[in-house]
Amino acid sequence: MAEVKIMTELRIDNLHASVQGKDILHGVDLFIKGGETHALMGPNGSGKSTLAAVLLGHPSYVVTKGKISLNGQDITQLPPDERSRRGLFLAFQNPSEISGISLSNMLRTAFNAHQLADQRLGVLPFQHLLKATMAELHLEPKLLERGMNEGFSGGEKKKVEMLQLALLKPAIAVLDETDSGLDIDALKIVAEVVNKLAEPERGFLIITHYQRILQFVKPQFVHILTEGKIVRSGGSELANDIETQGYDQAISNSA
Amino acid sequence: MSRTDARQSNDYQYGFHDDAQPFFQIPKGLTQKTVDEISNQKNEPDWMHEYRRQALELFFKRPMPAWGADLSALDFQAIKYYVRPTEKASRQWDKVPDEIKRTFDRLGIPEAERKFLSGVGAQYDSESVYHNLRDQLSAQGVIFMDMGAGLARYPDLVKEYFGTVVPAADNKFASLNSAVWSGGSFVYVPKNTKVELPLQAYFRINTEAMGQFERTLIIADEGSSVHYVEGCTAPIYSAASLHSAVVEIIVKRGARVRYTTIQNWSKNVYNLVTKRAFAYEDAVMEWVDGNIGSARTMKYPSVFLKGRGARAEILSLAFAGQDQHQDTGGKAIHLAPDTTSIITAKSICQGNGRTSYRGMLKVRSGATGVRSKIKCDALLLDPESRSDTYPKMDIAESAQIEHEATVSRIGEEQLFYLMSRGLTEAEASAMIVNGFLEPIVKQLPMEYAVELNRLIQLNMEGSVG
Repeated sequence: MAEVKIMTELRIDNLHASVQGKDILHGVDLFIKGGETHALMGPNGSGKSTLAAVLLGHPSYVVTKGKISLNGQDITQLPPDERSRRGLFLAFQNPSEISGISLSNMLRTAFNAHQLADQRLGVLPFQHLLKATMAELHLEPKLLERGMNEGFSGGEKKKVEMLQLALLKPAIAVLDETDSGLDIDALKIVAEVVNKLAEPERGFLIITHYQRILQFVKPQFVHILTEGKIVRSGGSELANDIETQGYDQAISNSA
Repeated sequence: MSRTDARQSNDYQYGFHDDAQPFFQIPKGLTQKTVDEISNQKNEPDWMHEYRRQALELFFKRPMPAWGADLSALDFQAIKYYVRPTEKASRQWDKVPDEIKRTFDRLGIPEAERKFLSGVGAQYDSESVYHNLRDQLSAQGVIFMDMGAGLARYPDLVKEYFGTVVPAADNKFASLNSAVWSGGSFVYVPKNTKVELPLQAYFRINTEAMGQFERTLIIADEGSSVHYVEGCTAPIYSAASLHSAVVEIIVKRGARVRYTTIQNWSKNVYNLVTKRAFAYEDAVMEWVDGNIGSARTMKYPSVFLKGRGARAEILSLAFAGQDQHQDTGGKAIHLAPDTTSIITAKSICQGNGRTSYRGMLKVRSGATGVRSKIKCDALLLDPESRSDTYPKMDIAESAQIEHEATVSRIGEEQLFYLMSRGLTEAEASAMIVNGFLEPIVKQLPMEYAVELNRLIQLNMEGSVG
């Protein structure tokens, strides 16, 4: 990202959103600063993935009320590509497959979209950067020759999301159920990337259904989302409550 | 050189025309007199004159095809059938009149010849203005000249094959071409001769309301191989032009012919073309047919597999933007045992553009051991765009056949995914389209692959917003 040091912060104010006329988010408030890792937990259908999509500006979702600001600037109405270039990143739960486009081509285009004109990398220098980053993630170089996510296993797709996170180095990274369907080795790799990139200028929002990933990534803040609202927030002990008591009990304890 | 027309549209960069005065022209309209005059101009043998007259009768008798693209606005009497730019074709670019030469310079033709071609033909309206083949290939007996010159110099060879692959009675537009044909290429490749670099023909319409009716005949003798490439452009005028070509190819035993088209006519051209090849024993015929321009295109390159073990491959690619209809496809007619065909068609439509895949697979009784694979995919970029598939099959023998057709809309999820990585909407769409076309584009020589991608990109940008 840019050299200029700006205090990283993502602020979500009273966010209401709907899809196809159906209201999903009913006033979400969340404040994430650089250096912080937040976990957002919640049962199925609580609106977790909707929040992720709305944060990045998915065209199917309409923000009916409230505001999203990144580093003090209102981004609520910006298209997804501008949000990305300003430092917001989403690791998708189900990344799209795009046939005929090699992974390396797509990654270089994305990487260069985030650089100033004189800092864009040509094919060869980018290949060096890419190979080094992939080695750290234990990713097979063979993946580069295939179509974007085409025929990748679930684990490979998630690792490629992490690869993009490592290359783009965003200010705020949102991980939408990146842990779901992963074996323990893949899960460790995901955690490794997050821990390595957890720097003072970067914030994480880890959306998850299970507590499992939180054994490897330690969030300072845990929030529970149900029916489109954050109903309880706390420290990492809240994740343990959910694990031992279940969502219903953990939520009612707050009341 | 006039640039006024180019300003009307910023997405078609070949829309300029030049003010070259023709050497000779026949006034617009079509009667038997038109045909007689074309034949006289060319000092043709009597049999060709007679062939033209009979073909004209067939043309008048036949109704307009009602099954394909909408041709109702096409007025045959509003068109000029013969405009001859120069007295004769030259072998040197220096001898081509300045204004015409500047046009071809702008299209990059002489430069391409120096870099990566075996020979070049350049047709301007009705006649060739330039034709040249590398000396070494002439010495090997390869013939590459314009069709009129071919008829004059090799009358027996032309008479033996002309109209045998696409008879004058084949369809209305084949009849028309047979009556008024002018220009096109005559190619002969002797036995076991491999022409390594492509031969390229370049077709340019300059006159308004022009009809271009080139006629191409390619004979690849046993064991030989050749790659023929054609490109086409025209100025943007308000009155429609007509391009109606006939291409006949004979691929003899063990020979291989690849015919690549990058059709980029301006959007006021009706492009109604018949292309067919006969492939004999163990011969390979490949059509690579890219259609990006024109108002309407109807074109279905065909291969008649006439000898055991013959193989056909047809790659069809179409882009239909606003107000365009590309009605394209391919036909494989299996007449001999152990023959193989692969037809791959990919089309993209944008705005209210329309693509149709029209295909024919025929396996005649006695043609055992046939294998065929047909795959057609359409990608719609807008809710108004439309794509249809009309596959026909007529199978008289047990054969191994795969057929697959898909129509997809550009995925909102795919766009969102790429945009969430910092790509603009235009960059993301272009990337998805490139990926969709990649299986076809990767089969092209690099120069053409780059050109094709660039043209599609230009067309997409031109209509964004």
